[in-house]
Amino acid sequence: MKIEDEKSFDELTDKEYKYGFVTDIESESLPPGLNEDIVREISRRKEEPEWLTEWRLKAFRAWQKMETPEWAKVEFPPIDYQALSYYSAPKQKIDAPKSLDEIDPELLETYEKLGIPLREQEMLAGVVAVDAVFDSVSVATTFKGKLEEMGIIFCSFSEAVKDHPELVKQYLGTVIPTKDNYFAALNSAVFSDGSFCFVPKGVRCPMELSTYFRINAANTGQFERTLVIAEEGAYVSYLEGCTAPQRDENQLHAAVVELVALEDAQIKYSTVQNWYPGDKNGKGGIYNFVTKRGHCRGDRSKISWTQVETGSAITWKYPSCVLKGDDSVGEFYSVAVTNNMQQADTGTKMIHVGKNTSSTIISKGISAGRAHNSYRGLVRIGPTAENARNFSQCDSMLIGDRCGAHTFPYIDVSNPSAQVEHEATTTKIGEDQIFYCNQRGLDTEEAVSLIVNGFCKEVFRELPMEFAVEAQKLLGISLEGSVG
Amino acid sequence: MALLEIIELQAQVEEKQILNGINLSIQPGEVHAIMGPNGSGKSTLSNVLAGNESYEQTGGNVLFDGADLSELDAHERARAGLFLAFQYPVEIAGISNMYFLKAAVNAIREHRGEKQLDAMEFLDVIEDKKKLVKIREDLLERAVNSGFSGGEKKRNEIFQMAMLEPKMAILDETDSGLDIDALRIVADGVNALRSPERGFLVITHYQRLLEYIVPDFVHVLVNGRIVKSGGKELALELEEHGYEAFEGAAV
Repeated sequence: MKIEDEKSFDELTDKEYKYGFVTDIESESLPPGLNEDIVREISRRKEEPEWLTEWRLKAFRAWQKMETPEWAKVEFPPIDYQALSYYSAPKQKIDAPKSLDEIDPELLETYEKLGIPLREQEMLAGVVAVDAVFDSVSVATTFKGKLEEMGIIFCSFSEAVKDHPELVKQYLGTVIPTKDNYFAALNSAVFSDGSFCFVPKGVRCPMELSTYFRINAANTGQFERTLVIAEEGAYVSYLEGCTAPQRDENQLHAAVVELVALEDAQIKYSTVQNWYPGDKNGKGGIYNFVTKRGHCRGDRSKISWTQVETGSAITWKYPSCVLKGDDSVGEFYSVAVTNNMQQADTGTKMIHVGKNTSSTIISKGISAGRAHNSYRGLVRIGPTAENARNFSQCDSMLIGDRCGAHTFPYIDVSNPSAQVEHEATTTKIGEDQIFYCNQRGLDTEEAVSLIVNGFCKEVFRELPMEFAVEAQKLLGISLEGSVG
Repeated sequence: MALLEIIELQAQVEEKQILNGINLSIQPGEVHAIMGPNGSGKSTLSNVLAGNESYEQTGGNVLFDGADLSELDAHERARAGLFLAFQYPVEIAGISNMYFLKAAVNAIREHRGEKQLDAMEFLDVIEDKKKLVKIREDLLERAVNSGFSGGEKKRNEIFQMAMLEPKMAILDETDSGLDIDALRIVADGVNALRSPERGFLVITHYQRLLEYIVPDFVHVLVNGRIVKSGGKELALELEEHGYEAFEGAAV
């Protein structure tokens, strides 16, 4: 490459994070620090029932005895949990907004900048319903009425606690127990809000349910809690999208997502994650330490995770499936992109318990700059899982010669009838490929984007249409300036 | 004004001097052939002209349509209408030939200030052009050059050329690895694209290709220099006497 080109690539890399702005809204935040009183105060402000307060406290006490996990291939300085504020709710002029007109206009403007015009979405009859989470409190829910008629509950987690406490109590923490791991315990203690979705027996949710998360107030940890339940024969496709305003301090995002699929139920959970990755020297950016797990409880149930991870300074995330029901199916499709100083340690766990269970893992890791990208996956075939099958494919792509790709597959088989396959490849975008594209009129950015999108095609085709388009664009933006 | 004007061009690869001052002028509508033995600099010339950054221009000038080529990056040269049919077309997994071509066609159209083709319009153009090189439908659906036979790759290059409608096309040993039938199809495609506005530079080792693509001028390249130029009959002369006679002269 010529020197002039390197310069222009650097300029591209230095491009400001497109979504870096701060909304000037008065937040009613709690002071920084974490102790039992703070946990109680969060619960009080949210007017939660006593059992939930106790549940949080139990998690908090467990968390205090736990230690930060260090097995992942990521590096970061110790987090001072006492320096974080655990609750931040945007002040509303009216307590409970009944329609979008009542939402703080500045807030709506933020969404406009992020490209999620709620008004338009509401008008775009029945394409996606958005339960938008701003900081910690859910501010707007669309299409709720329509869904209610079918018996589908789609609301913020706080609302669910108020309106459907029996469902929350029945399922909360049954997939990911409070003591599951360090960050899940922390989330259980201080979770502020999130989304709740319940699809009753035999109902097929007619639209993609969609939630957008955002981190806004400085130094506010964000602790979402999502619970999706599909009863017997139900179907739901759930989309989660993230973009976060720019911050210099690292921000902690420790979410928990629990999915429950009963007999013949199917849950499709798709994520496009674009939290602020930090600048190119590794300053700032989100720590994305997320616990996601689904339980295929009923026979013939199916859970699919699809994720496109382009953001965050550090990603630590393993959306998993516990295949308990006979003939149940677990799927994991992942694209993880790391550029500059980003680190990602991501993968999945497929735990086979029931007979004839099958799982598929397709993971595509892309590293550029000085980034490190690890796939870490566990396939466990339990003694009761007769005729279980797994197929795993882990492909890595390297752009440049200063980045790294790592694969850590764990396979643990305790039943001789199991069939487990693992394939892995590593490729590098070649200069000859770039030149070939250049010679056909495509500039280097376009060429990289084209080649990378081809590499990720198997995953993108699992995404709902409108998400797939967004994901392709994001990939292009994330890798801008990565070839020099 | 010449379409392509090469003046005293010198170039090196990995710090080894390969081109030692090439002069060549191609007018619109002309077909020039460059013939030369292995290692004479044929591929270096085509790569330098196309802007491959592994090749360094160390002296001289190249004007394309009046513009100094050294000022343009490879993709800008392509958009300006310079096309290279590769000797070894590159495979790109996961991207269909069709999708790749659509991106390329639209990048070039945008540069020309023409409107982007939508999927339907693009298919119409494809229908039109694919007859030229008798390219099979399934090759369009497959990933770019992936699993193509040698002949299919070369045919695909000519098909891309037909789609991109360049002002100046360089064919780098397009005949290598082709059997006689494939050679004829490729040559027919090139001949169909000959026009009073378009220039061709056909680089080849053998005279055989020039029986099908009849050049206006033939140049003999030896040791990075053009040592003799003439009409199409020069190719026959070479066929008869080989390059040896010239190799002495060039040193």
